[in-house]
Amino acid sequence: MHELLQQVFSGLAAGSIYASVALALVMIYRSTDLVNFAQGEMAMFSTYIAWTLVNAGLPFWGAFAITLVVSFLGGMLIERALIRPVENAPVLAAVVVTIALLLIFNSVAGWIYSYTVQDFPSPFPDRPVFGALITTRDLGVIAVTLIMLLLLFLFFRFTSTGLAMRAAAQNPASARLCGIRVGHMLAIGWGLAAAIGATAGIMVAPVLFLDPNMMGGVLLYAFAGALLGGITSPVGAVIGGLVVGVTENLVGTYLIASQLKLTVALALIVLVLVFKPNGLFGTAIVRRV
Amino acid sequence: MEKGSAAVARTAVNVGRTDTMTASTWRWLATAVAIAIAAALPFWLRNYHVFELTMVMIYAIAVLGLNILTGFNGQISLGHGGFFAAGAYTAAILMHRYGVPYWATLAPAGLICFVLGVLFGLPALRFEGPYLALVTLAMALATPQLLKYFDTWTGGQQGINLVKPMPPAALGLNQDRWIYLIALLALLIAIRVAANMLNGRTGRAWVAIRDHPIAAAAMGIDTARYKTLAFGTSTLFTGVAGALSAFAVGYVSPESYSLFLSVSFLVGSAVGGISTIGGAIVGGFFIQFVPNFANDISDAAPWAIYGLAMLVCMYTMPHGVVGTIKPVLMHLVQRAAAARGNRAQRSG
Amino acid sequence: MAPILQLRALKAFYGQSEVVHGIDLAVEEGGMTVLLGANGAGKTTTLRAICGMVRSEGEIVFADKRLDRRATEDIAALGVAHVPEGRGTFVALTVEENLRLGGYTRLRNAPANMERMYGYFPILAERRRQQGGALSGGEQQMLAIARALMMEPRLLVLDEPSFGLAPRIVEDIFKIVERIKQEQHVSVLLVEQNANLALELSDHAYLLETGYVVASGTAKALADDPQIRRAYLGY
Repeated sequence: MHELLQQVFSGLAAGSIYASVALALVMIYRSTDLVNFAQGEMAMFSTYIAWTLVNAGLPFWGAFAITLVVSFLGGMLIERALIRPVENAPVLAAVVVTIALLLIFNSVAGWIYSYTVQDFPSPFPDRPVFGALITTRDLGVIAVTLIMLLLLFLFFRFTSTGLAMRAAAQNPASARLCGIRVGHMLAIGWGLAAAIGATAGIMVAPVLFLDPNMMGGVLLYAFAGALLGGITSPVGAVIGGLVVGVTENLVGTYLIASQLKLTVALALIVLVLVFKPNGLFGTAIVRRV
Repeated sequence: MEKGSAAVARTAVNVGRTDTMTASTWRWLATAVAIAIAAALPFWLRNYHVFELTMVMIYAIAVLGLNILTGFNGQISLGHGGFFAAGAYTAAILMHRYGVPYWATLAPAGLICFVLGVLFGLPALRFEGPYLALVTLAMALATPQLLKYFDTWTGGQQGINLVKPMPPAALGLNQDRWIYLIALLALLIAIRVAANMLNGRTGRAWVAIRDHPIAAAAMGIDTARYKTLAFGTSTLFTGVAGALSAFAVGYVSPESYSLFLSVSFLVGSAVGGISTIGGAIVGGFFIQFVPNFANDISDAAPWAIYGLAMLVCMYTMPHGVVGTIKPVLMHLVQRAAAARGNRAQRSG
Repeated sequence: MAPILQLRALKAFYGQSEVVHGIDLAVEEGGMTVLLGANGAGKTTTLRAICGMVRSEGEIVFADKRLDRRATEDIAALGVAHVPEGRGTFVALTVEENLRLGGYTRLRNAPANMERMYGYFPILAERRRQQGGALSGGEQQMLAIARALMMEPRLLVLDEPSFGLAPRIVEDIFKIVERIKQEQHVSVLLVEQNANLALELSDHAYLLETGYVVASGTAKALADDPQIRRAYLGY
């Protein structure tokens, strides 16, 4: 029982990483109708930026803050410069653009930083607490994620910009009629998603160790989590990410180890989707004829 | 070849006789010339280049399968590498374990992949958009794992070594050229079959389902049947391509059929033009040559160059090469035909 | 009084087809002008052209400013509030959020404006925390008008406000619009198929037929014109 709880808690820590990236995916999907397959690699690249800053002598949280700002601006720039040209093109073109970005970020990171696996510092010590049910590091990761989610919730619920972003995502035509610059809102959305991804990358790097391929598995699990929760639901994304994290851990511990773990976890998720094809909290897309 | 060139000469004489060459006659002429050149190429090129072109055609058949499913029927698949592997391994196992001659493995490979596609297509009916993407993605990821797992059949991590098809002695061809010609024949048949299906009732139903599923159902189109048929047909094409690749490479192993292969097919589709037949050939060229080309430009970050090539293609031709060029060509042809019609009216 | 909105030789396109063929139209400041016509006459396309939602050629002048090359959101910020066909409600957001969005370009006065809207449309105050999509057709129409007014517009553009609504509700809505027009000094450009009611309330009218203006003048003049009465008013 004790071991089960341990696995559940460490699964929650991994799950909060997946939840963050899943949330970023959902945010972009809601505003641009596009799954950003490059989200993981963007996060990895942000993590390398943080790593460079820390190695240059900056304190952890200072490097963290600067990385968030740089990632936010980078995300906005990517939307304006690279996604904008295909926003009226067929969806497949935009999908290929995100896949291209994935390849470019991965390759450039490997070129600049090499493929050697690096250590990444964690601001949290790694000590077991609460009768060895969970470590302080895992608690720290969960706490950072919760704080980020809270800030996002407050932003979207109570600020004008947040409301305008929600409006622009749901009904761009009506949003324009209210004087909202929908293009700007999309760019801000991508910026926020990039910052969220950066947070996730920085939180996961101490565990997975930093290398250009660090976020590949994370993106897959996050994608699965986002769909499990319902690709249109931010709450669903978070819950889906957490469920995937716990499932992955339990499958890895009790069922099957290493390589097949991913396959089995995905198979379970697909099974759930067969019964709930729009995810647990997603709404079916009602089409008016 | 003699017959061919005589036919070409006869048509040329006809051109001189009248100037009422219709668009379709031009098309027949162009197609005949293209096929003739394609058939002659292996005799002018070195073996390695012949192999490369063989792979281009094989990828073209695979991408054509994907175009049918995703382009014409609107069901996205990130998992076609899995069906490619299924075709390759079916051929490999039949040849290696049961001694089936290579040419007899194509039909079973196609059939098995068709059945697999239908079996996959049935539950896929429930999924749309990103959900379908995930489900097919899961399959693509599972493929190398499953191939390693069932190692008594698949040879596991080592894979299976094959004896490449031997040409009939009478023809005096080497292996690479023989396989090239087989692949060319397969590609021509695939294009013909695809064109017939897509221009006929089935194709129209597929497109109707893609564009207006509710209206299509309201008109009495059995959406479930046609969508499943699209899946099966698509995987049949890709499976046959997989079997051909086993002949061409002479070796199958789990590593060759990773997620990247599935993604490559999708990229090839998009670059060529996903709702076209000709685009599949462009896609085949892209998949085969651009990675090597990228490596030549930069061996430090080749995939960045590959990604850049993808970006350039999508920004300049978001509907793919053939998707962008074809409407322009049709427009020009129609204008030329209209102008000729006007001239005929005025002079007659 | 100078017209607040002037269209000169306006051509407008629905996709690739030209559906409005060079019309002239003026909305007097402080007045209500109605654009009448059958389905497909080009009325909605004209309104969309004014707000930069479709391709157009020709001049669109709003209070000395040219609108014809501007983006929709800029036109809205300048003081043209468009209530689109179908209301354009943000169905997943609450009534209050819908109104806040209307006030996006006039944030400073938004709380006061919102109270005023609740004054004009008490039913919205009652339903302020409900989702926009849960409201009835008439309530959504009121919400759409209120949202437009949150922009403190000088010109209110209404596209078929009576569409799909019961006659009683339509009357109520138009009474409120009339009141707002007078109290807020808003000019109104109205597109309506319900010609009777529209001509009663409007000052000026234009009749559009397949993209051309075939009649124009004071509302009374058009209402008295026997040809128009037979064709559009049914008597």
